[in-house]
Amino acid sequence: MLIVEAWQFIVAHPARFFGALYIHVALSAAALGLAIAIALPTGVLLADKARATLLAITAANIGRTLPSLAVLALVMPILGTGFMPSLFALTLLALPPILINTCTALRQVDPDMVDAARGMGMTRAQIMRQVELPVAMPVIFAGIRTASVQVVSGAVLAAYIGGGGLGDFITAGIAMMAMPQLLVGAIPATLLAIGADRLFGHLQRVMTPVGMRAR
Amino acid sequence: MIEIRGLVKQFAGTGRPAVDHLSLTIPEGEVCVLIGPSGCGKTTTMRVINRMIEPDAGSVLVAGRDVMTTDPVSLRRSIGYVIQHVGLFPHWTIAENIATVPKLLQWNQARIAARVDELLELVGMEPALYRDRYPRELSGGQKQRVGVARALAADPPVMLMDEPFGAIDPITRARLQAEFLRILRGLKKTIVFVTHDIDEAIRMGDRIAILRDGALVQYDTPEAILAHPADAFVESFVGTDRALKRIALLRVDAALEPLGSPSPPHAIPADANLRDALAMMFSAGVDALTVTGDGGAPVGRLTLSGIRERTRATDP
Repeated sequence: MLIVEAWQFIVAHPARFFGALYIHVALSAAALGLAIAIALPTGVLLADKARATLLAITAANIGRTLPSLAVLALVMPILGTGFMPSLFALTLLALPPILINTCTALRQVDPDMVDAARGMGMTRAQIMRQVELPVAMPVIFAGIRTASVQVVSGAVLAAYIGGGGLGDFITAGIAMMAMPQLLVGAIPATLLAIGADRLFGHLQRVMTPVGMRAR
Repeated sequence: MIEIRGLVKQFAGTGRPAVDHLSLTIPEGEVCVLIGPSGCGKTTTMRVINRMIEPDAGSVLVAGRDVMTTDPVSLRRSIGYVIQHVGLFPHWTIAENIATVPKLLQWNQARIAARVDELLELVGMEPALYRDRYPRELSGGQKQRVGVARALAADPPVMLMDEPFGAIDPITRARLQAEFLRILRGLKKTIVFVTHDIDEAIRMGDRIAILRDGALVQYDTPEAILAHPADAFVESFVGTDRALKRIALLRVDAALEPLGSPSPPHAIPADANLRDALAMMFSAGVDALTVTGDGGAPVGRLTLSGIRERTRATDP
């Protein structure tokens, strides 16, 4: 049984497995955090600028069509190998969905609501913080959710440029034709991706203001 | 209270100004209705008052203060603002929505809570029932009630209302019009009310300003406009039934005659309008009615010829 053999591999090499798992999670979390820290403020800054928003969305869409592996391949000659280049590549991977959703969500905010807010004497910053962002939050979180799944699965490829993580077992497993070792990387990576999707799906519901939740 | 002088506003990329040298004075405590066909500049004129639009030329004084030298944010917090699509915040409860301006003005919580309940009562919504609900749980009419309550929250002396009943079904609209007229009159607010519905203008306005192509065509009381339209445009705008609209503005006792005898069998209260009186005469097939006073006691008679006399008397 392959799975049993995979399990035995983990029991035999706990330090290697948990080390790789830790790097995988750390790499993904750091990349997602960085992408949020970049994309969210960018989206907010672009909110009033229709043409700049269109440009950003177009650029992000082009970025989105790049395969994850291609991003890693493009990064390697410039930044070399290891954790930091992997982090850079994964952040690049996570940016488009968050940026696109932030821009779209803010653009879709009901203009009458913004007009009412302005007409009652809210400042630009108050309108953004108290009205536009809370109303846009569910869609922004949908983008973060998409990005989280892409990053967790994309992180498997970091092994190719020496970034470590669960991908190490997969590449090694392929190279040595060792199916059990391949599964030691593949199964936890898949579970992590599913887990990230569930976690952010839950956060998306929590971040949806009560008055806007589907009943 | 509000004085608009030589207002000019042209939007980029348009051939002619939206508002072209418009001057208008709105006395304190009155409802001034701005009306005209689309593109006449009525909404632009209204939005200049709270600086939602910056004019190219001219000035606007609110209570003697030039709005152009007033900080727009604090200016807007002192002017009530109601729009057609209400624009309630979906993520806030009804109470939080109404509390928008008081919160901006940093009132304390107890004062805000008391004010919210007071306003919900005022607009006819049970506070305990609606306070903690969300906008999507309300009907269109209820949303606009909340919209008006929200605009009234910090007790602004001036209210701007842009087609507030435009998106509401006709039956609810008539009820809201009557109700808000009573509320707003009781509060002695100076109100600028934008509409394209002449019947609404006649019903709501102390004065009506008729605009066309960014200029003021006629500015007068509803009765005067119906009796003496300034030109053919106003005449067609108020409609061919303007005689009927006008008598709807006159009370029965405006054409009162001595009762005489015998007193007519059909009776109408003195504070009813002449249009209803006419309808009663036609449906009963009579040309005279007994007019009754407060207690229902006869105070005089109303005749068809008396109505005709009364309406002709003020015609040119």
